[in-house]
Amino acid sequence: MPVSVKNSEALYAALKSAGISLISALPETWLVHLMRMADDDPEMTLIRLNKEEEGVGISVGAHFAGRKSAMMMQNHGLLTSINGIVSVAQLYRVPLLMFISYRGEMGERDPWQTEGGRVTEPVLQALGIAYHNLSDPATVAHEIEQAQTLAQSSLRPVALLLTRDLMWEE
Amino acid sequence: MLREKALKAVYPRLKDQVVVTIMGAVAVELYNLGHQPNFFYLEHGMGLASSMGLGLAVSLPNEKVTVLDGDGSVLMNLGSLSTLARYRPPNLTHWIFDNESLLSVGGFPTATGSGTDLAGIAEKAGAEHVVLADTIEAVEEAFAEASERNGLSIIVSKVEAVGPASFAMDISLLENRFEFARHLQGLANG
Repeated sequence: MPVSVKNSEALYAALKSAGISLISALPETWLVHLMRMADDDPEMTLIRLNKEEEGVGISVGAHFAGRKSAMMMQNHGLLTSINGIVSVAQLYRVPLLMFISYRGEMGERDPWQTEGGRVTEPVLQALGIAYHNLSDPATVAHEIEQAQTLAQSSLRPVALLLTRDLMWEE
Repeated sequence: MLREKALKAVYPRLKDQVVVTIMGAVAVELYNLGHQPNFFYLEHGMGLASSMGLGLAVSLPNEKVTVLDGDGSVLMNLGSLSTLARYRPPNLTHWIFDNESLLSVGGFPTATGSGTDLAGIAEKAGAEHVVLADTIEAVEEAFAEASERNGLSIIVSKVEAVGPASFAMDISLLENRFEFARHLQGLANG
């Protein structure tokens, strides 16, 4: 499996340090190790979704209950979650933290991923969602902490894009 | 059965639970019975009330959580029934009022009017406790049981496609949101 175990571990440790205790996710290749780590961790509640938009509702409920959560999905999952993000998370000012695998970007070999890759950042920009690319395992802890700080202070969704450089080992 | 009457019948229990309603008639009818800081009215994001209920139930294991849903909203997020059945939080009641129409936007018919069976879908999704309650007596019994049992409960009630005379609610969306969150965090810490 060329998905990086080491970098997935760095990401997972950073998530935990940020106090995240609930992850809702739809499995995809790049997230396979993260999902396994969440599943094996008795301190983490992992909710596997049928469709990504459900995760917006779950995170909103968790936030109202005072619990820190995150969504984990592919960028196509972001596209399918847009109404929930706009009509619940943004409308109700919820600090939704989203970890999004950035498929279809530079280096992508799968033709079917390329359209989603092309529109991911423009869509985030159109939604006014602050986002940041994660590519260096040495800095992810700091970057995740900063993303969560911004989400909590602005009471708005923040997206972290998991890049090929971080997730994939050729 | 009128949904308003069904809500009134169980209001004494509802007021002690964490409640999420969908938009429109259900929200207004509950609000008119007497707003509580533990009531949240999801005024948009159709379909996501049940997902919110799941997030609340797993985060507040010592509270009873009830979602007041409708056929139109459930049909927009059918996968949620499967997710609820998969994780079956023991403190969650998902109560679906089925008036076979999108009442708040003009009464257009939904698929439940032509045979889609939401209770059947919930059962086949893996929910173990699915109850039909179409009379006030049945509603009182079903909601009492759901409130007392330890397990995911799904109740489906056929109701008339009748809403309140006015949809006005004297509470702003964000006021409701912050009041609800503050109340829940008090419960979580207390």
